Amino acid sequence: MEYLIRFSQSHESFRLPEIQSLAVVEGLDLEVISYSDESPFCIVRLESEEAAKTLLRRSVLAQTIHELWGAGETYDELHAAVKRSTAHIWPKYKDVSFKINIDAYQGSRSEKNKLALINTFAYLPFEGLILLKSPDQEFTIFEEWEFDSVPRNLPNPLKVYFGRLVGHSIREVIKTYDLKKRGYISTTSMDSELALITANIALAAPGKIFYDPFVGTGSFPIACAHFGALGMGSDIDGRSVRGEGGKRSLKGNFKQYGLEHLLGAVFVSDLTNSPVRRARILDGIVCDPPYGVREGLKVLGCRDPEKDAWLVEKGKRSYQLAKLIPGKPYNNR
Amino acid sequence: MKVLSLNFLTCAVKACKSSSNSYPLHPKDAELVQDDLEVNAQLLLNLLPRIDWTALSTTATELGFPALPPQAPSVEELQSDEKKLRDLHNLLMETQIMEGKLVCANCGHEYAVREGIANFLLPSHLV
Repeated sequence: MEYLIRFSQSHESFRLPEIQSLAVVEGLDLEVISYSDESPFCIVRLESEEAAKTLLRRSVLAQTIHELWGAGETYDELHAAVKRSTAHIWPKYKDVSFKINIDAYQGSRSEKNKLALINTFAYLPFEGLILLKSPDQEFTIFEEWEFDSVPRNLPNPLKVYFGRLVGHSIREVIKTYDLKKRGYISTTSMDSELALITANIALAAPGKIFYDPFVGTGSFPIACAHFGALGMGSDIDGRSVRGEGGKRSLKGNFKQYGLEHLLGAVFVSDLTNSPVRRARILDGIVCDPPYGVREGLKVLGCRDPEKDAWLVEKGKRSYQLAKLIPGKPYNNR
Repeated sequence: MKVLSLNFLTCAVKACKSSSNSYPLHPKDAELVQDDLEVNAQLLLNLLPRIDWTALSTTATELGFPALPPQAPSVEELQSDEKKLRDLHNLLMETQIMEGKLVCANCGHEYAVREGIANFLLPSHLV
């Protein structure tokens, strides 16, 4: 059966990788039939309605998935397609309550127009109640318009689809993890949506371990923990990991979301002198490396040992000194 | 610093990586804290093959836990024996080193652990 995924029109280049990763995580056979970065509608082939639901249950970039009843460039084509391919399943929906929505992308329809459009589907033998609030089945007419269609006053959409809603994504968790509501953030904390997408693409799942070598305030391990993985992290700057303690610390962030049980280890270390043992321990590494724009690139060592010689006091080891972070720029190595 | 993470970490000094003495790091003056966490069986079962059992036994003994069996339990054993699973969970996930030091037996370098966060930054002469 073909299904229509209604994506959100944002982070276009990550949408397909995310959905393909989710198919891997959930062990589903996914075949993408049509997809374009320009359009929020993607047609895929999946085994069953259950598979469609499962595919979307942790997606961040998709919104909903629909059983595709028909597609066409004009309404005549659409109606013909719907009649041709779904007539045999109409009896299933004879007595259920239902409603029909219109989802026009880059276009708009007046209320009168919408009703007229919905009425063109009157040939469907639905005899159940029309319920606008929580009906048993929701049908949607999708319209894809050309860019700027409203000011250009274009008469017809480019493409139209008709589908039955089968599953929702978890797009609303972006708000739960919103940085504005997080107890502890810093200048380079990763946006919650991107962190969740990253965790999805990295195949985070219960029972797995993920490591972020530039953990900062912990955005990535939190996103991985949301999907049930154990999050580990390290940072060269211990101040960012410790924070001010309590709610304003990395651990406090995990507590805020009730994910403490999935906080593995946090330590202070330099990636070029890493203490992580060379063995197959991790399931994945997710990170936002410092590019040197907002956060400088620093590794251990001094730029010029002659000039910035470290202090060696008798009986006191240099690493016990209270100096904050030693460091030199990475590219000067 | 969970006991679990201690099993994944070794000395940060590059010269120590090749020496078998540098792993595991030995806790010194460790102050332990026990958290109360729900048992995550799936995670423990997945972790089991990645844990170096010999190193874990050493760490457990050094932290004052009763000696672990010489062989790691198999996945089936853990699945069927709730007590074993609970004990392993207690050691790996619930036990945390809050304050103390981790010592490398090869170079003798001491890494400080403060507020549960270990510091693996090296002084300039060891980089």
